[in-house]
Amino acid sequence: MTDVAKQTNTVSLTIDGIPVTAEKGELVIRVAERMGIAIPRFCDHPLLAPAGACRQCLVDVEGQRKPVASCTQTVAEGMVVRTQLTSEVAAKAQGGVMELLLANHPLDCPTCDKGGECPLQNQAMTNGRADSRFHEKKREYEKPIHISSQVLLDRERCILCQRCTRFSEEIAGDKFIDLMDRSSGEQINVYRDDFFGGRGTGDGQVGEGEGDIAFNSYFSGNTIQICPVGALTGEQYRFRARPFDLVSTPTACEHCAAGCSMRADHRRGKVLRRLAGDDPAVNEEWNCDKGRWGFQYQVADDRIMTPLLRDAATGEFREASWSEALLAAAEGLTAAKSAGVGVLAGGRLTVEDAYAYAKFARVALDTNDVDFRARPLSAEEADFLASSVAGVADVTYDDVENAPAAVIVGLEPEEECPILFLRLRKAHVGRKIQVTAVAPFLSRGFEKLGAALVAAVPGDEARLLAGDPAIAATLSTPGALLIVGERLATVPGGLSAAAELAARTGARLAWVPRRAGDRGAIDAGCLPNLLPGGRPVGDPAARAEISLAWNVEAGALPSRPGRDTDAIVAAAAAGQLGGLLVAGVDPGDLADPRLADQALDSAGFVVSLEIRHSAVTRRADVVLPVAPAAEKSGTYLDWEGRLRSFGTVLPSTAMTDGRVLEAIAALMDVPSSHPATTQNRTKGISLGTGDVMAIRRELGAMPPSKAPRPAAPAVAASALPEAGQHEAVLATWHHLIDLGSMLEGDKVLAGTARPPVARIGKDLAEALGVADGDAVTVGTDRGAITLPAAVTDLPPRVVWLPTNSPGSTIRRSLGVTAGAVVRLSASASSGATS
Amino acid sequence: MGTFTGSFKGFGVTFAHMFRKVITTDYPFSPPTPAPRYHGRHILNRHPDGLEKCIGCELCAWACPADAIYVEGADNTDEQRFSPGERYAGIYQINYARCIFCGLCIEACPTRSLTMSNEYELARDNRQDLIFTKKELLAPLLPGMEQPPHPMRLGETDKDYYLGALTNPGTSVGAERAPWATNEAEDGTGQAAKEAV
Ligand code: SF4
Ligand code: SF4
Ligand code: FES
Repeated sequence: MTDVAKQTNTVSLTIDGIPVTAEKGELVIRVAERMGIAIPRFCDHPLLAPAGACRQCLVDVEGQRKPVASCTQTVAEGMVVRTQLTSEVAAKAQGGVMELLLANHPLDCPTCDKGGECPLQNQAMTNGRADSRFHEKKREYEKPIHISSQVLLDRERCILCQRCTRFSEEIAGDKFIDLMDRSSGEQINVYRDDFFGGRGTGDGQVGEGEGDIAFNSYFSGNTIQICPVGALTGEQYRFRARPFDLVSTPTACEHCAAGCSMRADHRRGKVLRRLAGDDPAVNEEWNCDKGRWGFQYQVADDRIMTPLLRDAATGEFREASWSEALLAAAEGLTAAKSAGVGVLAGGRLTVEDAYAYAKFARVALDTNDVDFRARPLSAEEADFLASSVAGVADVTYDDVENAPAAVIVGLEPEEECPILFLRLRKAHVGRKIQVTAVAPFLSRGFEKLGAALVAAVPGDEARLLAGDPAIAATLSTPGALLIVGERLATVPGGLSAAAELAARTGARLAWVPRRAGDRGAIDAGCLPNLLPGGRPVGDPAARAEISLAWNVEAGALPSRPGRDTDAIVAAAAAGQLGGLLVAGVDPGDLADPRLADQALDSAGFVVSLEIRHSAVTRRADVVLPVAPAAEKSGTYLDWEGRLRSFGTVLPSTAMTDGRVLEAIAALMDVPSSHPATTQNRTKGISLGTGDVMAIRRELGAMPPSKAPRPAAPAVAASALPEAGQHEAVLATWHHLIDLGSMLEGDKVLAGTARPPVARIGKDLAEALGVADGDAVTVGTDRGAITLPAAVTDLPPRVVWLPTNSPGSTIRRSLGVTAGAVVRLSASASSGATS
Repeated sequence: MGTFTGSFKGFGVTFAHMFRKVITTDYPFSPPTPAPRYHGRHILNRHPDGLEKCIGCELCAWACPADAIYVEGADNTDEQRFSPGERYAGIYQINYARCIFCGLCIEACPTRSLTMSNEYELARDNRQDLIFTKKELLAPLLPGMEQPPHPMRLGETDKDYYLGALTNPGTSVGAERAPWATNEAEDGTGQAAKEAV
């Protein structure tokens, strides 16, 4: 080591007599950790700012009058540190702190969820006294108090380390609990925030009282995970098991495109809890509450366990054996093929399963009518995905953290990609990233990012991206990011403008979908214009590459680009399709749910592969149950394009979609001219998607595409709709916790959802004569939604509603989506509480 | 004539035994009484008002070297209360096909809920019946006890149950002793003992 380096970057010190070099500014506790010296600690957490709250980490530093907290002490040149291992002083100090921490700590380890994995329990054994000198009565609190419907707080167990409050403030930005009172009565208690409608009495009686809505944060579960004692526990897991009962399996989250790594703990064939996994490149050590608790759908009552067949005679469902149901599906699809079968794959599939659908459509159904998009979409989007997303993994979480500026369009990160939000927030807090939100208003998430607003009436984003000089200037900073959400698809010209803007300014472009399977489905070829690996359907060379990989006759793959979800639905509704093959799709998510229902009714033959009963299974002819994420292995691609592979958590007999499709294909009739006849088969198609490993091998063996990347779309922005008297333009996005099919029926989780409100600007509030909390009705020709108003700083004549929350299912009830003109009126029944 | 005396010598042992105390037992007609601390079938004890002492903490299951105990905790509510405090054992099972009667579970139990009786007649003709559940394991209701679920009768909080619990005589009187000690015919599940009290 050179002297220069020593002077500028590193210092030398000794810990327990062992010389060590450390970076300037490093904390003593971290350096000791690196050397394998464990200093007991509670409040210290590598991702939180040092606090020095618990004093358990005291060490003896030569020249200091008193022991110092090693978690706040930075290293210095020539420092001589002695830990409890070599210093009586340090050991005595730590023992004293432990004794005081235990003075008021209840002895209820036998009933405490943390017992068995508790840092306090463990460190009391390693560093504490064997007996207690305190015989006085311990402090008592009412226990437990509900911080939210999910999080419970037993205050007497708390050691006031403030990890939870620091997390909520530093990381999540939701200051929902805080230290209150003083001296021996000092306690963690609920912090109320009127944004969430909290009207607490301050007496700790939370969630019980009248009008008393417990606050919640989308990240509240993390506080349970980092609480070093059992003060914070989760409603769903409380008393369900002890740590030693659980079998832990690393897995990945199946909910959103953030790609959190997770740990699932199961006991006796049932997942009891999920924890955030530790993946510094993706979710660090955090996850969101939806990922943590949204797994009850696997054990829901309406889970489908056996295949169902619609009885030709009665029109009723009956349970069928697998062989009968598979044969019925195969025969029905074979018969429907000549009239065309559309495949709606949905955004919930693993890469492997999505690939199976893509292959099944092309090989078994001879069609490119396959689309994963179960939401409003556009043809422009398909072109954009082909030109700028498929096969691209340009922007990572790390880039987000280090970016000087980010422009976010068509995405509300906290609601739609919570871990991306946490990373943006980290960048905001740490490096002061300059966030620009092109949105109708600054949502709470954007506020927490310190975002500057470029106010956009829905539909106007394309014009702003193309023409706003401030946006272009921001993006011209080297390293700047343009982050677009899937919602931009519904703005004509929006994605074209984004691609053009990125090319013009040199900013890197990231496309962030909402569902975990969306990104993977693109690369797996679940689009009408793309084959696996981002190969354009219209390119003969690309088709040839795939025919080679799939071992089918060259030229046999369908060459005409297929129909997208909307076109498939329209064709089926018009009776022009022979059949539909539907994976996990909720018609209520599609642009026009009523048309989708009609499509399912009029399509000749509907096969549904589902986990739980849904609007699709009720209309299907054959329902085949498939495995939920916990019961299969697979891979998701997160929004970065990063592989998130996971193994089976619970072994079960449930089959993957790929395996079911393979079984159907094997029973399908092949006309003699069919491609698969190259394998000398006269009946049955061999799909080869039955085994996840086989699919991975097949995908891995596929050479990178040589087909040229199609050009980005260049769709012109369209004129803004005019909202007349008592009309407004609709803005909308999903709440993170809403009525999504995987969360349906989960009451405890639903209790932490944000209350649905109709946001209107001051102009509309005045015109309608409503104030905050008064009921407002938003209507179209199809229906109406009435919600309490929240007067927000919106552009004139814009109303915002949550897309799919209780009382606000806008696609089902209104039949429109963002950018549409809706009617507004003040409801008679005003004064509804939020 | 060494042979003659020799055979008497040999028979001597036999004859001597004829007049000694027999060590075989007349089972099942008069079963032997084991030592007072004999490790027999477990009991889940009750508080004086009938609430269960078990808090579902699973420490017994944790301590068990044979993995014979299975417990699942559950929440007491004000409407459905089985034990004082927040937690009770929703499921409690001891598998006597596995149990080695070491008594480590008894030592682990923080509430003295789990104790052992002297009952040793645990043979069954199928494995399923060897899994004893709360139904078989819970101590019988003594006079003054009430079948849970019911509210806490001894006081407002669980403290009223635990403070002084050491001097509280225990509630398994009757179940602690083997059924034959009460001279009752025995049906193998301790039912007789339950009826006796
Ligand atoms: S509740 Fe837990 S995390 Fe929060 S201050 Fe108390 S001990 Fe620390
Ligand atoms: S018997 Fe005792 S050790 Fe076992 S679960 Fe019940 S209270 Fe805990
Ligand atoms: S860990 Fe250092 S003071 Fe808490």
